[in-house]
Amino acid sequence: MLDIQKIRQDFPILNEVVHGKSLVYFDNAATTQKPLPVLEALANYYGHYNANIHRGIHFLAEKATSAFEASRHKIQTFLNASRVEEIIFTYGTTDGINLVAQSYGRTFLKEGDEIIISTLEHHSNIVPWQMLCEEKGCVLRVIPINDAGELLMDEFEKMLSERTKLVSVVHVSNALGTINPVAEIIKKAHEVGAKVLIDGAQATSHIDIDVQALDCDFYVFSLHKLYGPTGMGVLYGKTDILNAMPPYRGGGEMIKEVTFEKTTYNDLPYKFEAGTPNIADVVATKMAVEYVEALGKQAIADYEHELLVYGTDALQSIEGLRIVGTAKEKVSVLSFVMEGIHPQDIGVILDQQGIAVRTGHHCTQPLMKRLGIVGTSRASFAVYNTKEEIDKLVVGLERVKKMLS
Amino acid sequence: MTINEKQDALIEDFDLFDDQLEKTQYIIDLGKKLSPIAEEYKTDDNLIKGCQSRVWLHTEMRGDRVYFEADSEPTAQISKGLVSLLIKILSGEKPEDVANADLYFIDKIGMSTIITSRRAGGLASMIVRMKDFAQKQLIA
Ligand SMILES: Cc1ncc(COP(=O)(O)O)c(C=O)c1O
Repeated sequence: MLDIQKIRQDFPILNEVVHGKSLVYFDNAATTQKPLPVLEALANYYGHYNANIHRGIHFLAEKATSAFEASRHKIQTFLNASRVEEIIFTYGTTDGINLVAQSYGRTFLKEGDEIIISTLEHHSNIVPWQMLCEEKGCVLRVIPINDAGELLMDEFEKMLSERTKLVSVVHVSNALGTINPVAEIIKKAHEVGAKVLIDGAQATSHIDIDVQALDCDFYVFSLHKLYGPTGMGVLYGKTDILNAMPPYRGGGEMIKEVTFEKTTYNDLPYKFEAGTPNIADVVATKMAVEYVEALGKQAIADYEHELLVYGTDALQSIEGLRIVGTAKEKVSVLSFVMEGIHPQDIGVILDQQGIAVRTGHHCTQPLMKRLGIVGTSRASFAVYNTKEEIDKLVVGLERVKKMLS
Repeated sequence: MTINEKQDALIEDFDLFDDQLEKTQYIIDLGKKLSPIAEEYKTDDNLIKGCQSRVWLHTEMRGDRVYFEADSEPTAQISKGLVSLLIKILSGEKPEDVANADLYFIDKIGMSTIITSRRAGGLASMIVRMKDFAQKQLIA
């Protein structure tokens, strides 16, 4: 059993007072808060061993380089990747998807090839593929969903053919919380020879990830949704595929030798890490992952599931409220609409009561269109949230109703 | 009353409430009193596309004054209240006063996050359109 009160003490921001009320932070799908070890790691890095990495021979550079590479090893074990070179540091999920679209996509996809995504995708797993399709004449196909927000797997199977070259789907939907059957998707896609990218932005803080067991070709995520720093992300890719891909950005660090006639590129992972990276945030990443590992993924998942069940019951007791996204497999995300009330008004009035939720389309406009709504209000729970806070949300929503009636 | 006198009077009204929720309630109630925009003005040209709530704005010059009529989609009640405040303060004023207006009341009544946040683009864009219209009258 997790000691939630003790966990809360690790997150100083949870003591903030907003609009005169103690903060209830339910916008964790947008970004999670950061525990003390992460905050301390950032201060410690800048205070004691800030230096550029992989270049200097001096003490600080050495220390910074080894902390930086220690994070890579940490991520390797976190994802159970077979080799450390398969871990490429990026600026986030969006950056990782763009890297694959621009490097893998532009090299290996051609006119008439098909890319399959799903209705649940975040804009960052739609637009990079549209840009690629426009440039190369590829075709984008979209797996439909049912009204609960689950992928129609039969339809997916019908779409697969020898024209399918890439399948890029979200592991967990940010707007609805649906957990997709990614292992099955990967298996089916591989049967027709397609490569698979999994957008794990919303998955890594809730679900155990094993890229070897999944057998995905690429897996991308952002650390800021995993109790880690912003501006830091990971692209995992299988070695052979990454080796076959050309660099995406040119500059320092990614080269072996530069002459004006010809430049030879560095090996993995550096080939894809041009320029001075985000050293401090990479270093602090290790502490975020260690923090999650110390609590235990299963314990986190169990507790969050308890919050989800409690929250679902609590919200359903509010008349006129409808939960959007009722998949059988879900993480702790509750999206909802209220009859006759605009999501923005819900967000504003909750905020004035100290409760932070997200309102709007959640960067999933095609999904909202499919569901026939302009947007939702979304409460997303992390390990430091409590049932008492959910009770406050219910009181807050009753107030919303009263004010707008 | 000048634009600033109207703003000051409004701020005084809002100062009667000490809780932000009560201020918001007052805005919602004002919105309910906003007379609806004529159907003929609910055109695509008059539609201001914000990310979250849609607002229609009709602009008109009568004599030496600019007049505004506006409305938001019915469920967006806070927007509607803010629309009614903006109309109250800017409609019927001289173009140069509208174009140069410093709308400090928004911040003073605790509503700047709603108006300025990028996602709530509707209202911020409405203010820009009101000012643009006034500016064009000056040049004409
Ligand atoms: C499912 C999903 N994909 C991609 C992203 C984009 O992540 P980032 O903005 O960190 O690049 C997000 C973040 O909102 C997300 O929830």
